[in-house]
Amino acid sequence: TTDNQNHPPIFELKAELNSDKKEKKKEAVKKVIASMTVGKDVSALFPDVVNCMQTDNLELKKLVYLYLMNYAKSQPDMAIMAVNTFVKDCEDPNPLIRALAVRTMGCIRVDKITEYLCEPLRKCLKDEDPYVRKTAAVCVAKLHDINAQLVEDQGFLDTLKDLISDSNPMVVANAVAALSEIAESHPNSNLLDLNPQTINKLLTALNECTEWGQIFILDCLANYTPRDDRESQSICERVTPRLSHANSAVVLSAVKVLMKFMEMLPKDLDYYGTLLKKLAPPLVTLLSAEPELQYVALRNINLIVQRRPEILKHEMKVFFVKYNDPIYVKLEKLDIMIRLASQANIAQVLAELKEYATEVDVDFVRKAVRAIGRCAIKVEQSAERCVSTLLDLIQTKVNYVVQEAIVVIKDIFRKYPNKYESVIATLCENLDSLDEPEARAAMIWIVGEYAERIDNADELLESFLEGFHDESTQVQLQLLTAIVKLFLKKPTETQELVQQVLSLATQDSDNPDLRDRGYIYWRLLSTDPVAAKEVVLAEKPLISEETDLIEPTLLEELICHIGTLASVYHKPPSAFVEGSRGVQHKRIPGNLGSGESVESPDNGSAAGVTEAPPAVIPSQGDLLGDLLNLDLTPPTTTGPPPISSGMQMGAMDLLGGGLDSLVGLRHNTERSFRSPSPPDYSPTEVGPGGHMGAGFGAPPAVMPASFNAPVSVGLDDLFDLGGGVGMPMGAFNPPKTVWLPAMKAKGLEISGTFVRRAGVIQMEMNLTNKAMSVMTDFAIQFNRNSFGLASAGPLQILTPLSPNQSIEAALPLSTVGPVMKMEPLNNLQVAVKNNIDVFYFSCQYPISMLFVEDGKMERQVFLATWKDIPNDNESQFQIKDCHLNSDAASNKLQSSNIFTIAKRTVEGQDMLYQSMKLTNGIWVLAELRVQAGNPNYTTILKSKQRITSLIIIHTVSERPFCTNWNLICYIL
Amino acid sequence: MLQTSHSIECAISDDFRSGGLLQLTIIFIFDSSVLICRNYKGDVDMAEIDHFFPLLMQHEEDGLLCPVLSRGNVHFMWIKHSNLYLVSTTNKNSNASLVYSFLYKLVEVSFCVMKYFKELEEESIQDNFVVVYELLDELMDFGFPQTTDSKILQEYITQEGAKLEVGKSKVPTTVTNAVSWRSEGIKYKKNEVFIDVIESINVLVNANGSVMSSDIVGSIKLKTMLSGMPELRLGLNDRVLFALTGRDKGKTVVMEDVKFHQCVRLSRFDIDRTISFIPPDGESELMSYRINTHVKPLIWIESVIEKFSHSRVEIMVKAKGQFKKQSVANNVEVRVPVPSDADSPKFKTSTGNAKYVPEKNMVVWTIKSFPGGKEFLMRAHFGLPSVENNELEGKPPITVKFEIPYFTVSGIQVRYMKIIEKSGYQALPWVRYITQSGDYQLRSNV
Repeated sequence: TTDNQNHPPIFELKAELNSDKKEKKKEAVKKVIASMTVGKDVSALFPDVVNCMQTDNLELKKLVYLYLMNYAKSQPDMAIMAVNTFVKDCEDPNPLIRALAVRTMGCIRVDKITEYLCEPLRKCLKDEDPYVRKTAAVCVAKLHDINAQLVEDQGFLDTLKDLISDSNPMVVANAVAALSEIAESHPNSNLLDLNPQTINKLLTALNECTEWGQIFILDCLANYTPRDDRESQSICERVTPRLSHANSAVVLSAVKVLMKFMEMLPKDLDYYGTLLKKLAPPLVTLLSAEPELQYVALRNINLIVQRRPEILKHEMKVFFVKYNDPIYVKLEKLDIMIRLASQANIAQVLAELKEYATEVDVDFVRKAVRAIGRCAIKVEQSAERCVSTLLDLIQTKVNYVVQEAIVVIKDIFRKYPNKYESVIATLCENLDSLDEPEARAAMIWIVGEYAERIDNADELLESFLEGFHDESTQVQLQLLTAIVKLFLKKPTETQELVQQVLSLATQDSDNPDLRDRGYIYWRLLSTDPVAAKEVVLAEKPLISEETDLIEPTLLEELICHIGTLASVYHKPPSAFVEGSRGVQHKRIPGNLGSGESVESPDNGSAAGVTEAPPAVIPSQGDLLGDLLNLDLTPPTTTGPPPISSGMQMGAMDLLGGGLDSLVGLRHNTERSFRSPSPPDYSPTEVGPGGHMGAGFGAPPAVMPASFNAPVSVGLDDLFDLGGGVGMPMGAFNPPKTVWLPAMKAKGLEISGTFVRRAGVIQMEMNLTNKAMSVMTDFAIQFNRNSFGLASAGPLQILTPLSPNQSIEAALPLSTVGPVMKMEPLNNLQVAVKNNIDVFYFSCQYPISMLFVEDGKMERQVFLATWKDIPNDNESQFQIKDCHLNSDAASNKLQSSNIFTIAKRTVEGQDMLYQSMKLTNGIWVLAELRVQAGNPNYTTILKSKQRITSLIIIHTVSERPFCTNWNLICYIL
Repeated sequence: MLQTSHSIECAISDDFRSGGLLQLTIIFIFDSSVLICRNYKGDVDMAEIDHFFPLLMQHEEDGLLCPVLSRGNVHFMWIKHSNLYLVSTTNKNSNASLVYSFLYKLVEVSFCVMKYFKELEEESIQDNFVVVYELLDELMDFGFPQTTDSKILQEYITQEGAKLEVGKSKVPTTVTNAVSWRSEGIKYKKNEVFIDVIESINVLVNANGSVMSSDIVGSIKLKTMLSGMPELRLGLNDRVLFALTGRDKGKTVVMEDVKFHQCVRLSRFDIDRTISFIPPDGESELMSYRINTHVKPLIWIESVIEKFSHSRVEIMVKAKGQFKKQSVANNVEVRVPVPSDADSPKFKTSTGNAKYVPEKNMVVWTIKSFPGGKEFLMRAHFGLPSVENNELEGKPPITVKFEIPYFTVSGIQVRYMKIIEKSGYQALPWVRYITQSGDYQLRSNV
């Protein structure tokens, strides 16, 4: 009943709205709005409410406008009824009403209305009253959001630019805000044409506009690149007073401008030092703000201390955690304390950390314990005190404290070998209480690493073996390595143990990382135990001082985003804002010499500012989510996926994502070497996987057939010509392997391979029903993948599959599907449905399948391209044990669409020049050197990718480009 | 030449400038239901807000509460005010500090504009949604904060106002004036300014009695009752100012960091340390400052807390006034934590009252008047159950609250307040000093 009073039925409202009495009308509109607010649909009252619009009562007018904004979109035809009143209101003598009308009109996102908006807006932009002008300025941004073309055609952008010179600071601020907003979605424009004159206008307005206007202007200034250090300094001088503003957001935006511009100042300039000193106090004061603002400030301070540690080096104390700080503030303060820890303040820091480690909040305590370890690693003089503090904490027997302590002690051992091993005995006492994988792995590592000092190392490790398959991968890998180390140190008594773990890892596990690592050890131990010792027990490189530092280029970018969400997430905007791909990463301009003039980045080409498009790499969670959400439609309706941006993204994403994921292809082990979790895996221990395959003799007999393919489909396989015994001549097609074992798919077994026939990629599968009942209704779908592979038609299995029956199916594939970078690059996640359930599996396709038939480059083009490619872009590798002559090799490769363009013979060495082209348009050039009588070929691969974003990506990430290509070679 | 045209485009079309502007929706939520929602840009689906509460709960359960939550492309930035959640949503790289500043401003302004409510709370919003909508529209347009000065807003928010008066059409000029915080034509019979200098002492003392950190946060508040458009200049015994002007007499104060109200000319202060301004009418905080000197804790606490498991807790607290004998600390409260399962309290105090507050697990010892140099004692005795409480308890610190009038720790002084108005009236400034406890914590070892 109360509800009925507040929200009467529609018919009642209708009657009231049409009442003659103004008061009643107003009350009725209020009731309508009240109903709207609680989510009731009152759109049926549209005409009645609009009828109330013509009134000189501002309150009623505002109410009607509010209603219009809400419902116009759902009633576009009726919304036209309101246009006349809007146009009239824009001419009202009262500026409040003019502004209200133009503000509201912009909020009505109906195309038909926007046309009528243009003339009133044009007038309002030149209105005599600044309140109207500032509202009209925002309206341009609104209109641009609805119809960008219209705004351009009508010349509103120019009018908006003129408003930057308006006499009223509020108008300037709103014009700047609107322009910045438009520029964001309008990448090619020269909208914010920032030059010294406009900068001067902005700086003048900065002193006079509201706190919010100051933020718009400062955020806009941060995008400017001064021409020289003098200009840089003069802007800094005029921005510095903002550090005294009471509004934290103004302060942070000012900090952003200063942090960016000070990079351009010569470090020996007095002013540079002055500026550094001026920055500390306001940053500290931000910690007295409300907790949410403190949080934003702390996340930003975390960036600032990484970029310019000197600013806050004396301010450690202000980051001490208070009992009543919210947890998110506590955790951030802790992080900054570690970053600021130095020999000078370490005693205080440690005392604090010890205090925190006895708190009750689990996350906080864990982080505090970990922080003690980080202190030990960072400040060598404190290591001993840290270790003893950690031992004290282990004595508390608080389970999670003990586990964290063990994890960090492992790192301390790595940093200071042969110094603190006396504590191992204490650690071993706690073996049984460890239930977290990271702690178990750390403990196992310690036991393996110091096996010679631990009498019962074999017993300790053996105790873990019992539940080997229940352990997480991290622990399994560590256990495998630890036992191999143990064996190498004490071979006599541990032979059985090592056999056991190798067989557990290689035969009973379906984890490729584990299996591969197992095989490597196995081969290594059986081929050359001395080499094994050298490799496995090699001296490990010391771990670096600072962990979890943000990568420098990202840090630079984040500094340019101080105060924004990006700085809170510590991620570039492209990682979490949709539609920002292909946009420029912000960067700090370099130190510019005085007087040296550099184009502003507004022209898109300032020195060193050309940036790569960001690579949006979805997290693993997203991948899984995508896969699980696959829309499995029955075969009849499975159309080809939309072509839309597929092709384009193909090039983009693949390049953007970097090719380093290919590391995993040749040998999956490569990936585990790179994974950071096993602490002792570093390149020095085991050579690159490439030396393994061909160099080793026959794999152990126990090796499952699937081990060779498709994971290791490499160039060797292409060359597997062994006197014609292997495959018949033709394109290289790997044999079928089991992709989906029956036990994982309720009796459905799928094995398959990929072939390329007459330019068409096919997925050839064997489906076997190993269940007791008939299977029907098969359908298949792929997750998004690196090269946009998608089924070009439905899966043709027309007859039901009886128990014990097998059926072959060939699925033609297209490469125009949606693209997403996969790890490894050639991974394909597949969902198969039948009448029983939906099953998921991954398989990997040979990259050679993606070489297209028109991959033969013209000779002239080839020569020109080859010369143009800088040496940095090439890589060299060896193909071993190949007994073909160059012509046969050339023919063989041609059938896989690797085309020989030219051949040259120098001193008995044949040089084949070859080209290939991937389905997404990437060209790869190769030089193959074949020396008669030498079974090892040399290949040089090059790719001219200057014009693409590829190079840019890799120059930016400063990873050697060639290593990535080296990897593609393996796929060949 | 070898690339698809798209990639080339990508490499070139990189002229991107994010203003980091706001893209948001402001939402008031009470008890997981949305009270009022204003979608400023229409690009975040309104249905997204339904995910906010479950997301918040999830994070709270996991102990990972954070002021920024995200789901898919939508980011929620929120604050809580009494029983309300104010949430802003965005799908862009918004300026996060601006969002939180704005949300807090929104609370402040709503409170002022709806001044006839006791508190911004669920009912006040439900009953006044029209005003709230109107306010939301004046405060922000298309995600850009506009006028947020409550005094000025009050003048032209129509509220329950009837027909538009002619006079109201003038208001926007103030809104867009360089002086956007003060209307013209203010008149007082007697022109006066009241200046309050309030210093809060923050102290963190370790369990072993050493001062870990201490600072002073000062605030100068004005109550301005002046006619017209007066020009004010405030003179403090600021050491930097004295150094600039070559004056070196008397005690000066080094202010580590100073923050000013919008009205103060920041560039002028930056150049010659002059604090000049046209004040807002009525009450406002003119400035705040932070002083980073070692402060001797004004009220020193020594405590011995002995916990005998399964039987009792014995607490002995000694409080000492470490300030001048002439001064008196008022309303002193010493709050001592006790275990949550403590029972049957017994107290003995040399002065004041001790009270057990079980819902906060603390003893509050109140001393109405605490002269400088004096020392007082409190003993407390609690029983403990024989069955041990399994829950781990944190180690809350002892906290102290107090106020000492007519005194500032830093020694800061208002040397003058010059008031000039073109009508030439004489105005009187009044100054009051007070020192109080801020975040005043002494860690205990139990």
